[in-house]
Amino acid sequence: MTDLPEKTERKLGLVIDLDTCVGCHACVIACKGWNTENYGAPLADADAYGTDPVGAFLNRIHTFEVQPDPREDGSLPPAQMFHLPKSCLHCDDAPCVTVCPTGASYKRVEDGIVLVNETDCIGCGLCAWACPYGAREMDPAEKVMKKCTLCVDRIYNDNLPEADRQPACVRTCPAGARHFGDLADPDSAVSRLVEARGGMDLMPEQGTKPVNKYLPPRPRDAEIDVLAPYLAPVDEHPKGFLGWLDRALGKL
Amino acid sequence: MIAPDRTQPHVDTAPKVSDEIRKTTCYMCACRCGIDVHMKRGADGKLQVAYIEGNRDHPVNRGVLCAKGSAGIMQHLSPARLRAPLKRTGPRGSGQFEEISWEEAMETARGWLAPLREQAPEKLAFFTGRDQSQSFTSWWAQAFGTPNYAAHGGFCSVNMAAAGIYTMGGAFWEFGSPDWERTKLFMLFGVAEDHDSNPIKMGLGKLKARGAKVIGVNPIRTGYNAVSDEWVGITPGTDGLFILSLIHCLLKAGRIDLSYLARFTNAPVLVNGDPKSPDHGLLLTTDDGVHMVIDRRTGKPAPFDGEGVEPDLAGSLRRAGVSHRSVMQHIAERYLSDDYAPETTERLTGIPANTTRRIAADLARTAFDEAITLDRPWTDFRGHRHETMTGRPVSFHAMRGISAHSNGFQTCRALHLLQILLGAVETPGGMRFKPPYPKPATAHPKPHCRVTPGKPLDGPHLGFVQGPDDLCLTEDGSPARIDKAFSWENPMSAHGMMHMVISNAHAGDPYPIDTLFLYMANMAWNSSMNTAEVQRMLSDTDAGGDYVIPRIIVSDAYSSEMVAYADLVLPDTTYLERHDCISLLDRPISEPEAAADAIRWPVVEPERPGHAGVRGFQSTLLDLGHRLKLPGMTAADGSPVYSDYADYIQTHERRAGVGPLAGWRVGEAEGESTPATAGSGLRHGRGAPNGAQLDSYIRNGGFWTGHIPEEAAFYKPWNRAYQDWAVAIGLYDKPLPYVFSLWCEPLRRFQLAAEGQGRRQPPDHLRARIRATLDPLPIWYPPLQDGHADPVEFPLHALTQRPMAMYHSWGSQNAWLRQIHGMNPLYVPTGVWEANGFRTGDWARVTSQHGEITVPVAHMAALNPNTVWTWNAIGKRKGAWALDPEAPEAKKGFLLNHLIHELLPPKGDGLRWSNSDPVTGQAAWFDLRVKIEKVAAPRQTYPDTGTQRSPVPPAPQTVRRTTGAKE
Amino acid sequence: MHPAPSLILFTTLSGLGFGLLAFLGVGLPSVTGWIAAVFFAIGFVLAGGGLAFSAFHLGHPERALKAFTQWRSSWLSREAWAASGTLGLMALFAAALVLGGLRIAPLGWLGALACLATVGVTSMIYASLRTVPRWHHWSTTAMFLGYALCGGALLAGQRWPALVLLALTGLGQFLAWKAGDARFAAAGSTTGTATGLGHLGQVRLFEPPHTGGSYLTREMVFVVARKHATKLRSIALILAFLVPLALLLLPDFHHLGAALAVLSHTLGVLAARWLFFAEAEHVVGLYYNRSAA
Ligand SMILES: Nc1nc2c(c(=O)[nH]1)N[C@H]1C(S)=C(S)[C@@H](COP(=O)(O)OP(=O)(O)OC[C@H]3O[C@@H](n4cnc5c(=O)[nH]c(N)nc54)[C@H](O)[C@@H]3O)O[C@H]1N2
Ligand SMILES: Nc1nc2c(c(=O)[nH]1)N[C@H]1C(S)=C(S)[C@@H](COP(=O)(O)OP(=O)(O)OC[C@H]3O[C@@H](n4cnc5c(=O)[nH]c(N)nc54)[C@H](O)[C@@H]3O)O[C@H]1N2
Ligand code: SF4
Ligand code: SF4
Ligand code: SF4
Ligand code: SF4
Ligand code: SF4
Ligand SMILES: [Mo]
Repeated sequence: MTDLPEKTERKLGLVIDLDTCVGCHACVIACKGWNTENYGAPLADADAYGTDPVGAFLNRIHTFEVQPDPREDGSLPPAQMFHLPKSCLHCDDAPCVTVCPTGASYKRVEDGIVLVNETDCIGCGLCAWACPYGAREMDPAEKVMKKCTLCVDRIYNDNLPEADRQPACVRTCPAGARHFGDLADPDSAVSRLVEARGGMDLMPEQGTKPVNKYLPPRPRDAEIDVLAPYLAPVDEHPKGFLGWLDRALGKL
Repeated sequence: MIAPDRTQPHVDTAPKVSDEIRKTTCYMCACRCGIDVHMKRGADGKLQVAYIEGNRDHPVNRGVLCAKGSAGIMQHLSPARLRAPLKRTGPRGSGQFEEISWEEAMETARGWLAPLREQAPEKLAFFTGRDQSQSFTSWWAQAFGTPNYAAHGGFCSVNMAAAGIYTMGGAFWEFGSPDWERTKLFMLFGVAEDHDSNPIKMGLGKLKARGAKVIGVNPIRTGYNAVSDEWVGITPGTDGLFILSLIHCLLKAGRIDLSYLARFTNAPVLVNGDPKSPDHGLLLTTDDGVHMVIDRRTGKPAPFDGEGVEPDLAGSLRRAGVSHRSVMQHIAERYLSDDYAPETTERLTGIPANTTRRIAADLARTAFDEAITLDRPWTDFRGHRHETMTGRPVSFHAMRGISAHSNGFQTCRALHLLQILLGAVETPGGMRFKPPYPKPATAHPKPHCRVTPGKPLDGPHLGFVQGPDDLCLTEDGSPARIDKAFSWENPMSAHGMMHMVISNAHAGDPYPIDTLFLYMANMAWNSSMNTAEVQRMLSDTDAGGDYVIPRIIVSDAYSSEMVAYADLVLPDTTYLERHDCISLLDRPISEPEAAADAIRWPVVEPERPGHAGVRGFQSTLLDLGHRLKLPGMTAADGSPVYSDYADYIQTHERRAGVGPLAGWRVGEAEGESTPATAGSGLRHGRGAPNGAQLDSYIRNGGFWTGHIPEEAAFYKPWNRAYQDWAVAIGLYDKPLPYVFSLWCEPLRRFQLAAEGQGRRQPPDHLRARIRATLDPLPIWYPPLQDGHADPVEFPLHALTQRPMAMYHSWGSQNAWLRQIHGMNPLYVPTGVWEANGFRTGDWARVTSQHGEITVPVAHMAALNPNTVWTWNAIGKRKGAWALDPEAPEAKKGFLLNHLIHELLPPKGDGLRWSNSDPVTGQAAWFDLRVKIEKVAAPRQTYPDTGTQRSPVPPAPQTVRRTTGAKE
Repeated sequence: MHPAPSLILFTTLSGLGFGLLAFLGVGLPSVTGWIAAVFFAIGFVLAGGGLAFSAFHLGHPERALKAFTQWRSSWLSREAWAASGTLGLMALFAAALVLGGLRIAPLGWLGALACLATVGVTSMIYASLRTVPRWHHWSTTAMFLGYALCGGALLAGQRWPALVLLALTGLGQFLAWKAGDARFAAAGSTTGTATGLGHLGQVRLFEPPHTGGSYLTREMVFVVARKHATKLRSIALILAFLVPLALLLLPDFHHLGAALAVLSHTLGVLAARWLFFAEAEHVVGLYYNRSAA
């Protein structure tokens, strides 16, 4: 199933708000927990209590520091910090799918979710090489490729209450920085959010056409707000405050 | 491209999720979120824990869950879990133990403690960590009769709690939170993670969704401060000055809420201004003790709560030759001074004057120009009905960044003063209390310390002193408690001073003890200052070769560093295997709109096949209490009163009708004010014990909530509807309206003593300090360490932060979490990085006046230029936590604690001052000053505290967790 | 990229093997009988052995046959077909030659072409990856072919072709390295594009998602020190090209010299292949602050 569908009926994906993500790793562990028990082999951890633990995770948080350029007067604005959660972006032009020699990797026609059929995977690792985003990890015990499933076993799961039919990472995110929906539908909440906040792609130059979008951070550390004048003193005289107080109380 | 006959593999998109969901409460931190524990039936037919997610109905977390919470399963399955009681066989610290039976363990403990109780109960020091059963453990300690009991608050955040309660009858976190739904401007001071972990994240998320502004005041820009719209990278220890500077700007512009101040605070109350009077600086009262104000209608003095009285904020009075001026006049006089002008404070705070001015203007504009009005009538305690509620949509939150400094108490007070001046406490959009708060300091007990051998203590250990008379001193004026809490050194140490126990016990100062009994605190490691030295004290011997601290009993669930120093280990269960109760008597899970409490229950049985097994500590303590024949635990016929903790939770009564849990008590439901359970013979709030109460909790998802009526949701300290509701639910026995204490009299009483007034007098060497620091109005003074360690030689502030995905020392045994934080570098700001010629991968020696450590460094630009920091408690002792002794935690992780001493460095006055806040005794973790220099990369971090033997078997290589069902 | 021994051995040995087989296919040297058998054996052992090493790279070698299914899009799948097809072709050719004493020349020519095609297809596994800009270039294929032909010529004892091929490939490798050094930057992926934060200023990784290693950091975020790389490049050039060239140019070139040339060349290719992987920066390194430069 190495071909990519020409078009998928829906484009399910995540919209992640870089203005809001506090970098708590909650989504990382919820994902690990859910996917250890569900789709495919459990996510293993090698040398789990040893000197060099390496486990499979489908979602990870990177933290980046940004140093803005000097201002006109030469002073340096304060550096900023952002958390970047990263899982599979379920690309429209997913190179990880086309390189797969076995057809284990495929993109679903109905919703665009990119999956690995673990029973077909030979663990060659090529798909991980083809992914620009580091969204695929080989399971250290099962030796098959692991990746975000967009919780395909939650979102349609009628064993779950309706409200819970969303990815584990979205459900758990305490800050509400993760949103799930159909990005092919311009009226969906996620599409509207992308529209309103200027949602962007990661590494667009790689030509992968990610479905997942990132909402850029709002401006930080706004320079002195000219609209907000400093507070004016009630009275220039040193003893004036009490006089003002008296007058002000009189008016209450 | 598409093959028309494209076939896709079949995916089961609707697998069965679990066989059963058991709802209980998370324990991975003190936030206490509700969890859904998904259970699957294994091959052996037993239910196993498969997956943990947040409980959507739970008042705390509404379904979300943090990393630690989701990883709780790995905590529950940790290879470091203890399996049986342990008796030490090697020297302390070696980790050599033999497993013993429970009977032997309990009899050993009884044998040690029974003689102490009969002869000298104070020789037992029983201290507990961040457990969630303090109302129970303190009750036990009281029955035993020792004055030496406290929980961990003294080294945690007592400044925050005490300043809040003394000032306004409640503090942040579990006592109060911002009105996330309505606030428009939110300022966060010194918070990395907080106890209220998930609610803060949820709150920030709400603000972000609305585009409300967040200002983060923190030397370090990570986490919450990273998402803040504006970052104020303040110099550590100077928040008080910054806040008072904001107050200066607001006062100067008259941008304060005058009617709020006049009606709800002691700002109009008259202060005695006669320096010779024994009441100098105290508030003027009527003969029956009611505070006096000037009534604007008459210009005459009147009781502040008198019928129709219009308190005059600017009032003054001359009476019997003594002039009295309102608190507000004192406030104006102090803070309008140029000492607090932004241009003056900017040098110390590092915050440019125009930033301070701009933020002050922002606060004023939002509070007053963007005020909100709720159409909700309410009636105040004076009987006055108001048609609306006026909101000041600015809110604040703060935690240890301001409280873990030696000026923290006053800094927290300053912040509360700022909130109150803006009228932003208990008003819509501001900060709101959570039941059982509001509750003024005067409504709390006072500390008790009178010991009678063979008898219980004369009252609860901890409380809120109102003046020197309430201190815990012996006849000769020396401290009555081993931690010296409530002594002249730290008179208002409301939570005790756990961080002083080991060094005081080792020094036999104020007296030697026999048995140190620790529960759930890693005092041989990350919760102690001066770790290596504490380890030495714990294993130090006297001339006769006996341990200086003769006996150590530890209750822990895991193979921690502390366990290695115990003589007797009483192994606890994990949090999924026992009953717990998160009680309104203690630290409940209430929200501003509701009182709430919760339980834990054994969603799995504690099984340790082939070993004596583990028991819930509270049940162990009840058993021990019964063996010691403690009152309340032993019936007249000698049988135990409570069979176990579950039984205690359901049947214990603290006051008539009030027990550990408020939900589903026996009694007829009555009235509108308590949420009713129609026709069931059960009621919420007050009621008789219910033997099936836990079942009701379990059926309800592990918690109970009692909603506050709409009319009572704001202005709680002054709101009649709230006061009546609180009485009905059992929080108060009678209505308790009060006004906020901008002028804090208890502080003034200590100052008066230091000035020579009164019967109880402080030692002379403390007089000046008490006068200077226990000011009844908020002040700022430099962190005490600055007066001891040369700021030129030690130019850098050194801090720690909580990593969101790790809980103190106990997270490292978690196979998932330790991959995120397996080591910790020291983060260094750009200037220092460049000056030292650091490169990626370099190491440095970091020296304080007290010690040195050698650690890896990393660069950070978004950092105060004079600050270095690291993640807290990642470093581990070799051999602990079932980790490989060569694990990165031990070789590339480190504790900053080695650099922090529980005493300040000597400064030539012959005294060793405690490294604590002089008011509350709060450990001043963040006062630390250091210098740093580059060194060649060593093999590992230093100091090396040796290797402990592991009482649990080596951990498995690979973790590949599956429930039986999946395999 | 992690220089996995299995992949270095796979590409090196199979390159040599298919190179030799290609020469044998066109009848250089035109051997028969047991000498042919030995030559072919060497060719098959190298090519087949190389493929066997590639199986060590698989998590599930027992499912290797599934790799034949996706030839329409996957170069790795195509390589499975190409390699096995070529080996089959050449086996027929060899069998006819060695056992039957019959040289089916068109089959040999076809086989030779297939050998080169196989090497080309192998190279495309790498060259097709946009994520590794250093590889994503026609020169990757050219170099794979050059190496295969050099090795084939040396193994086949074709002195003058070997001389020319070594000179050309050596020069080509030198140029390819130079050009490759600039390619990551030219591809335009930066920490700024990787995070979408580039418009705000200078972006730098502050904390990786985990303090330890992961599959990704082990597999794709391998870094080799520049000094180390320069040294290895020189060694590779000397061993792979200069030493064999010198040996070939020796006036009394004989078998020992040839064997030494092959040995030196092979060592050189191993070094070059190690660098091929070790120097290749994957764009995912941008998420770990391991960008080029
Ligand atoms: N440098 C520096 N040091 C600090 C701080 C800082 O900011 N900087 N912060 C301080 C503060 S605020 C605190 S609260 C302390 C916290 O420090 P500690 O209270 O020591 O916290 P933990 O490391 O979690 O240790 C708690 C102990 O409880 C055990 N435990 C875990 N679960 C259970 C259980 O279910 N039952 C029982 N019986 N035991 C259990 C653990 O194994 C561990 O030994 O650290 C303090 N130390
Ligand atoms: N994930 C996780 N959650 C926890 C815990 C944990 O270990 N892990 N521990 C729990 C416990 S016991 C506690 S006490 C709470 C504590 O929660 P927090 O109050 O968030 O405590 P810290 O992490 O110590 O963070 C202190 C913050 O104050 C800042 N700071 C230090 N000095 C100053 C200063 O002078 N001024 C200002 N403005 N800021 C300053 C530091 O940079 C840091 O960001 O967290 C609780 N929650
Ligand atoms: S993010 Fe990577 S793994 Fe996911 S579809 Fe895109 S290329 Fe494939
Ligand atoms: S690792 Fe598995 S999924 Fe990835 S390319 Fe190889 S066979 Fe396909
Ligand atoms: S959608 Fe599911 S699989 Fe993907 S990152 Fe989120 S939790 Fe993990
Ligand atoms: S759970 Fe939400 S806030 Fe936390 S790291 Fe993930 S996306 Fe960010
Ligand atoms: S914040 Fe996290 S660790 Fe703390 S109680 Fe909630 S889920 Fe558990
Ligand atoms: Mo704490």
